[in-house]
Amino acid sequence: MDFSLGPRATRFRSEVKAFLAEHLTSETIARMHESGTFNDRDLNEALALAGLLEGAVPGYGDRDPIELYVLFNELEKAGAPYDGLAVSMLVAGVVNAVGTDFHRTEMLDKLLTGRFNCCLGYSEPDHGSDVASITTRAVRDGDGWVVNGQKMWTTMAHEADWVLLLTRTNPDVPRHHGLTMFVVPMDTPGIEIHPVPTMASERTNATFYDDVRVADEWRLGEVDGGWAVMGVALAFERGVMGGTNPAVPLLRHVRAWAETDGSDGSGRMVDDPLFRERVARTAIVNQVSQLLTLRAAWIAAEGGLPGLEGSMAKVFASEEYQRIVGWFQQMAGAEGLLGFHADGAAADGWIDYDARHAPVTTIYGGTSEINRNNIAERHLGLPRNR
Amino acid sequence: MNLDLTDDQEAIREVFAGFFAAEAGPDQARGAEPLGFDSAAWQRLLETGAPGMGVPEEAGGGGGGLADLAVVAEEAGAHIAPVPIIDHMVTARLLARLGALDDDVLAGTVVAGIALRPAVDAVAMTVPTGAVAGRLVALDGDRLLIVGAAAPGVALANHGCMPLAHRPLDGGTILATGTTALDAHARAVDEWRTLTAAALVGITRTAIDLAVGYVSERHQFGRPIGSFQAVQHGLADLPGLLEGARLLTGKAAWAGDDDDDGVVDLGDNEITEFATLAGMALVFAGEASARATDRSLHFHGGYGFSEEYDIQLFYRRARAWSLVLGDPAGECRRLADRLLDGDRPDGGRAA
Repeated sequence: MDFSLGPRATRFRSEVKAFLAEHLTSETIARMHESGTFNDRDLNEALALAGLLEGAVPGYGDRDPIELYVLFNELEKAGAPYDGLAVSMLVAGVVNAVGTDFHRTEMLDKLLTGRFNCCLGYSEPDHGSDVASITTRAVRDGDGWVVNGQKMWTTMAHEADWVLLLTRTNPDVPRHHGLTMFVVPMDTPGIEIHPVPTMASERTNATFYDDVRVADEWRLGEVDGGWAVMGVALAFERGVMGGTNPAVPLLRHVRAWAETDGSDGSGRMVDDPLFRERVARTAIVNQVSQLLTLRAAWIAAEGGLPGLEGSMAKVFASEEYQRIVGWFQQMAGAEGLLGFHADGAAADGWIDYDARHAPVTTIYGGTSEINRNNIAERHLGLPRNR
Repeated sequence: MNLDLTDDQEAIREVFAGFFAAEAGPDQARGAEPLGFDSAAWQRLLETGAPGMGVPEEAGGGGGGLADLAVVAEEAGAHIAPVPIIDHMVTARLLARLGALDDDVLAGTVVAGIALRPAVDAVAMTVPTGAVAGRLVALDGDRLLIVGAAAPGVALANHGCMPLAHRPLDGGTILATGTTALDAHARAVDEWRTLTAAALVGITRTAIDLAVGYVSERHQFGRPIGSFQAVQHGLADLPGLLEGARLLTGKAAWAGDDDDDGVVDLGDNEITEFATLAGMALVFAGEASARATDRSLHFHGGYGFSEEYDIQLFYRRARAWSLVLGDPAGECRRLADRLLDGDRPDGGRAA
């Protein structure tokens, strides 16, 4: 085994670090938390101008997946708003992999400027983990399609230029075989966006599709072949594009707080033996999460599809993150409950933020249970139970 | 970057997987209880060259690095081999580094071991190879001693059937003193942490295999119990722990084979320093193996608790091998000293 990134990815990482040192300000981070929109077009555009964004599209150009991992890992560790960028680059990767020249011409160049965004339209109010059962209909109408239905958890829809939309085109065949994927411009008449606020201040949305007319050229993949497109998107998504090192910025914030004197005249938390033990345990989790993610990226770089490896990284990192947040929230006591800008807040409010954010991490991007089903059946080879 | 074994390491893996399966697997481990040492298996192991495999070629050894030895250690763990190969390899390397390696230790005709913790009142306590080692290296204050013995120490009954014994250091010969002694011992114990972590990775691997095999065969309510989601989800987190432990152990071995000092940058999650990674690997692999053996034994039902089934052998060794150095919480506090006070973002190895 050789754990060095190699000269090229190391150079790329230095470029990303230098970029973040220059462009990621505390104002950018504060703005993201105040607005609830974890996307910053100025930052994305600056990344593009610095030549760092083309490496962010999985499978595109001459960047390899190790560099894709490096970019999102550095953004995540720095606490940058990258969720919107990750989704946009994921869709760019899917479009690049299975789209037509039309899609590539219409979308890729724009997405690579950093000024354009995508959102994901998979889940519905009644169909989340069981996504193959979605009911949003796309019906043939002359040369195009008419879409009716509702999507849920369409995070970034209010900023997005396109939605990657999973629809049902054939209700008369087994559910996986009657799905078709589209990319739909968000300014198409008939699309409505309703905000859904969350307890972590991050905004998500419900989106409504009422007789939305979509030209056939926006179809991605085969008619009734939407499940295969989903597979490509999920393989890109899980593990590699951020989301597996959330406890790195948390630990940095907690450490800075622990090195100050306690508000009640008690000593520094950093001298507490249990705190020190938990710092080490968190550091171990952060290393393991990074290595599992790196393994998924490395498998992709070798030409494989690291879906299961991504599932392992995702489950491990998110479950452990929740455990770690719980430790530090308890240790910070009353001051840990205080939010951003509150007088006396432990870790400047970051413990409160992470404690509000952590619950969603085992839900979005595939719940722990769905990932465990996949690992049990496809990695361990246990008999199907559904 | 390459996260696979090298071709040479793949060949090593095949040889030792075959050897341990045939000569020093769970059957021999059961037969060797309670002492935990199968001397016939050890004699046959000498023919593979394993005892001197990690000794530099100029000292007559095989010239293998820690990453190579970790492959052997994982296979030893996967088969719970009742031979003290990790302690012997680590001690042989330590002696070679100090120019004190003799032919018996190089060949393994005398078992060598190391006291992991400093002696108390000139007695090395609860030494992992104490009941079988003919040469024992131990730290007494700031003196590193080697003790030979016509008869090793008296075996102490224990959880994992390890050849544990207390060993008085009377009549020992001084190998080194002062910081030389302390540094040499610390390096050897970090190698021990790394290779023991690898053995615990092996235990984790086999515990998962045993669980999957059992729950796929065992039927209740007319179905294999492995088709129940409660059972599936009780096992589904284990492959991630196994791979994570293997990667962290591999990274520790990689860092240990590199001459650079490495980096400790807690805030950036950038850690390439050997000693830090070795401690992390032992803690994580210890807990991964404890969890995997716990889940595996549990899903064996009552049979898992019975002596007849192998999983209880793995269950007890997962705990014994990972705890014989000390409490993991203490290991974590020691790591925290390195992580919080020894932060060296700018030193050492290029990433």
